[in-house]
Amino acid sequence: MLRGLWRLTWLEIKIFVREPLGLVTTVGVPVLTFLVVGRAVAGQMQRAGSRLPAAVSVDLPVLGAVLIALSGVLSLVAIIAIYREGGILKRLRATPLRPQTILIAHVLVKLAITATTLGLMILAGRRVYPVGPAVPLASFAAAVLFSTVVILSLGFLIASVVPTARFAQPAGAVVLYPMLGLSGLFLPLDALPPLLHGLARLLPLTYVVSLLRGIWRGDGWPAHGGDVAVLVVMCVLCTAASARVFRWE
Amino acid sequence: MMPSQTAVHVHGLRKAYGRTVAVDDVSFDVQSAEIFGLIGPNGAGKTTTMECVEGLRAADGGTISVLGLDPAREGSLLQQRIGVQLQEAQLQKRITVGEAVGFWASLHRHPVDGHRLLEQLGLGDKRNAWFMTLSGGQKQRLFIALALINDPELVFLDELTTGLDPQARLAIWGLIRGIRERGKTVFLTTHLMEEAERLCDRVAIIDHGRLVDVGSPSALVSRHCPERTVVVTAADPGAADRFRTLPRVTAVVGDGPQLSIRGLGDDFVTDVVRCLAAHQIHVTDFRTVSPTLEDVFLKLTGHGIRN
Repeated sequence: MLRGLWRLTWLEIKIFVREPLGLVTTVGVPVLTFLVVGRAVAGQMQRAGSRLPAAVSVDLPVLGAVLIALSGVLSLVAIIAIYREGGILKRLRATPLRPQTILIAHVLVKLAITATTLGLMILAGRRVYPVGPAVPLASFAAAVLFSTVVILSLGFLIASVVPTARFAQPAGAVVLYPMLGLSGLFLPLDALPPLLHGLARLLPLTYVVSLLRGIWRGDGWPAHGGDVAVLVVMCVLCTAASARVFRWE
Repeated sequence: MMPSQTAVHVHGLRKAYGRTVAVDDVSFDVQSAEIFGLIGPNGAGKTTTMECVEGLRAADGGTISVLGLDPAREGSLLQQRIGVQLQEAQLQKRITVGEAVGFWASLHRHPVDGHRLLEQLGLGDKRNAWFMTLSGGQKQRLFIALALINDPELVFLDELTTGLDPQARLAIWGLIRGIRERGKTVFLTTHLMEEAERLCDRVAIIDHGRLVDVGSPSALVSRHCPERTVVVTAADPGAADRFRTLPRVTAVVGDGPQLSIRGLGDDFVTDVVRCLAAHQIHVTDFRTVSPTLEDVFLKLTGHGIRN
């Protein structure tokens, strides 16, 4: 059914890697920042050990993971806009490829890059960051990838409506980054005024943060069935909406 | 069931974007193994018509049949049998020529040899070059390669030579004639009248979304601009009056010794030559001017192709 999907995904990964800035900004910068900051504070962290406050031991990795997911999504929004403006999407559509294959390939590329960055972070972090043996890294990585898929569906909706490629990245950032403020990472949801609290309940990042925090703490998936269900519904809604409004040119 | 020699059948095609009607009640057929051109100025509805036929756009009304298939419903099946080159399309900046051809080949059941195709199109040494490094002519040749990779029965070329220098254009004309010689049908659009006249077996003139006329370039010329002109330079002051007495002459105009004699019919030029001989009119210059598609276009639409 999805003829050409793997070939196209592999082709797009190769093309992405050839982009001089692409790999550096999406994979290199987060990993390097992490290493540099980590080295600076490693001593303190090691001494603090299990007495680290939750804001550092749980929320910091969650924030890092969300930022990686968001940068993948922003790069998707930009690429789709550039491909549309350049007529590349249209050129690919005038082939036996199914339209959804072209878009799924980009989702897979972003997931591969997010997974790579995440893997490198975990490898780099082992040396400086005292990850407790209780933290289920594989499960956490799966939760980050799942969250990325959900945010990517929102990214497609943004990519569907941005008018030009130049506008794509800032538009994506303006929509996505403020969500972080209401996600519960910086302020507890209960501390928000009722209106903002209601708004936070409508945003995917709120559920993403709740899910990632829980998995990192070792809650296990069943405890977060509600978060997963809400995110799946949001993903389906965003995908359905972008299927209606997506423009190929 | 439509006859097998019709590659494309379009009847009553209509397409609007909001309130702007881009294509209005357009009907034509493209025969197998011909080069068929849709000609008209930019914005006339050529690309919209072509993209409806290719299945890339949904028509608002009318029927389209391409190789016996409905492009709106059987698009995927149709894409296996046609080749498409789009106006102003790009590929990924950093895809190599070889990768593009290899990927396109992988999408089709019976692709031709991509390496040989690139050699034939003069891109053999560009296999490892990124798309962004190619010249305009090389990009267009790559797009021709992608359009031919599945050995299609019908090839669509939208404004293929726009923006190319005359040498590259001439080379591409040769390639297109080669496609027809292999028994394939070519459906192209152009706003260059010279290209249409030299390349197409038949053309359809489209203007403001409406089809004005269809026929071979020479048939359209003799139908709409049958008058031919002989331009002579003769010092004889009585020459103009002598030409006016000829039965097939419709007008004689001119200032000074240079006269433009307009007339109808195949024997008109012979008549003028005989008249010159019979009256021993001494001429220092003699040439005939035949109308072109450009003149036909001007006459049918009331404006030139380049506005």
